[in-house]
Parts: sequence; structure tokens; C-alpha cells
Amino acid sequence: MTVAPTTELSRLLREDFDGVLDAWFATQKREGVRRPDLFSDRESRRQLSDLLRAFAEVLARIDITEPVDIEADVWSELRLALSEITLVRTERGVAPWEMTAFILALKQPVFVKLNESLSGTPDRLLSIAADFGRIVDALAMHINEYFIAERDEIIERQRAEMMELSTPVVQLWERVLTIPLIGTLDSMRAQEVMENLLNSIVEHSAEVVIVDITGVRVVDTQVAQHLLRTAAAVRLMGAEAIISGISPKIAQTMVELGVDVGEVTTRPSIRAALAEAFRRVGFQISRIEDSRV
Amino acid sequence: MSEAASIYSVDKVLLVAIRDNITDTDIINLQEDLSERIVDEAARGVVIDIAALEIVDTFVGRILAQLSSISRLLAAETYIVGMRPAVAMTLVELGMDLPGSRTALSLSHALRSLKAKGLA
Repeated sequence: MTVAPTTELSRLLREDFDGVLDAWFATQKREGVRRPDLFSDRESRRQLSDLLRAFAEVLARIDITEPVDIEADVWSELRLALSEITLVRTERGVAPWEMTAFILALKQPVFVKLNESLSGTPDRLLSIAADFGRIVDALAMHINEYFIAERDEIIERQRAEMMELSTPVVQLWERVLTIPLIGTLDSMRAQEVMENLLNSIVEHSAEVVIVDITGVRVVDTQVAQHLLRTAAAVRLMGAEAIISGISPKIAQTMVELGVDVGEVTTRPSIRAALAEAFRRVGFQISRIEDSRV
Repeated sequence: MSEAASIYSVDKVLLVAIRDNITDTDIINLQEDLSERIVDEAARGVVIDIAALEIVDTFVGRILAQLSSISRLLAAETYIVGMRPAVAMTLVELGMDLPGSRTALSLSHALRSLKAKGLA
């Protein structure tokens, strides 16, 4: 353990722990980041004192004039306390900036207290205050980073979920599958769609697959290209693809873009596509006699 | 005839089974053997089973297309069957979607189609 040359800080936190805690609490109240609507005074104080205790322990063990490396082992407990409190607070709807202000609010009361004890040695006061400020800033930045990491994780998870959700292959009938496409069809999704579809063809021994694009917002040359390639791959597997859900507008766009669907069957609606699919696999739908509604 | 591909004759249909370890030489030999067999046996249908093929390149893709074209010229309807999803995707990626060839999910699907047309 290094003996810190700046024991004033850790001594302050040790000897006047409750004083600093009260002042921190008061500053937060003044700056409006206390959130009494979300946390009781007791809970807030408990969170603060957990943080401050961990902080005091770290300060007693490091040389504050050194560059701050929050990822170092010495900081592990404080890091843990920080992320726990951040998690609890954000789950109840505290904004990122509030969390940062929540930490930065520690600066002012500590400066005031340092000023009281070190007013005789302004040089010393200035250097300790500067170092302390640097450390608190690092903590605030760490919180921000924690936020971003959390958010990235959520986005990544949602992306994966969307990917799965967006390419479901459904069996409509014996040997007839459909894949309703929704949203945008970029290269990555097109690949996913093709893979899912081809594997399902093997799994179900499907002979006809309906690729429904009713839910696809924009059909440009690239999307059309993806669709036609999917149809080509389906044909290679020995099944047939029907592209359905081609609205009048999309039909016009496709012709204007010069997209040639070749021998791929297209139908305006999934209903018409299903009728065609039934015809090809040798089924027909007929009305039960005397069932007029 | 090497072991990498075999031709069986059933009724008037020639069944060609291609194995995974087929080499370029094997494929060229196969092309020769198959065209001769079609003529010799007056076959009206050819089914090429590539279910065992896990990897294709442009060469294999081109030969498959050629096999179909040759058979068609010799009046035998040709089906390529059992293509794996990964192979289908690769061929499409390579721009070789075998436009002149007929495809079917499996051997039995192809045979059923041939029978329906009175060719088997």
C-alpha cells in the first residue's frame, strides 16, 4: 500500500465523513438531482454513504497526484458501488446527465471543507483541489461510459431479436411455406432470409414458397435483386418461389427501374399467391355445399 | 468410371450420383460417360443427385449446366436434385443459377415429374 502524500483528503473523509455526506446531499438537493420523487431520504443517504465510504477507502490507498486509472484493482469496489447505484437509479428513470451531476455534486462540498482546513497553505489547497476535481471527473466519465455500454448492449440485443423476429418461415400447408418480409431488406437481412428459407425448404420438403413483401416499405433495385436471388436459390433447391404482395405502386416502380423478374411468379396479394400455391401442389379449396352466408 | 460419380439405369431413366470428393477430371469423365449412356440406352430422363456435394465452385457449376444442356440436346429431360442450401446460395452468389436446368427437391420428386410426363 502506498502512503499517499495527500492525507488531508482521506483524513477529511475519515474524520468528517458525516459532514461531507450531509454537504453532498445538500448540494444534490440544491441542484435538483436528488429525485425525492424516486428515492426516500433514507435510501438516498444509504446510497451516498456506500459510495463515499468506498471512495474514502480508495483515496486512502492511492497517490492522488498520479493519473487516474479507474480500471485498476484499487478501484474495483468503488466501481462496483457506482454501477450498482447507477443501475438502481436508471431503472427508476434517472437520466444520464442527472447521474453525472449526482457525482459532480461531491466536488463543491469537499472544496469548501478543504478550504476550511487548508486556508493557511493556498498552494497545497489548490493542488489537492485540482487532483480531487480530476478524480471526480474521472468517476463521472466512468458513469457515462457505463451508460453507453449498457445502452449498446440493449441495442445489440434488440438487433439480434429483430433479426430473429423478422424472418419467420411459416408452413401454410403441406409443402407450402411463406416468409412474410417486414421493414427494410438490406443485404444482411436478405442473407438471413435466404438461409432461413432454404433450410426450411429442406426441413419441410416444401415445393412452393411464398415470399410476401406486403410489409416491405421500399423496393428499389437492390431489394428487387435480393428477392430475385432468393427466388433463384429456391429454384435451385427444386422448389418454386412466388413473390406476393406487389402493390400497384411497387409494380410501377419496378418497371420504371427496369427490374426484370424473368420467370419468377408474382402475385399482387398473398391470397392470390396461396391459391396459385394450392394449384401447384394439387389442392383446391371449395365451398361446402349449402353453406351460403 | 471412377468412384466419385456413378450412373445407374432404372427403366428409361439414368440416375447420376455425384459424391463429395469428386475432382475436376472425374467430372469431365462423367460428362463423356453420361452422353454416351444416354444415346446407348435411349434414355428419356436423367436425374443428377448432388445431395452429397457440399462445396461447389464455378467449374462444378458450369459442368452441371453443361450436363443439363447436353442431355437436353440428346432428348433426355434432366433434373438436378438434392441441392443443399449452402450450395444453392453459393451458386446464386456466383451468378450461376443454372437457368436451363430443371431442379427438384429429391430423387423421388424428379421421378414423379418424369412419370407424369411419360418419360419414365
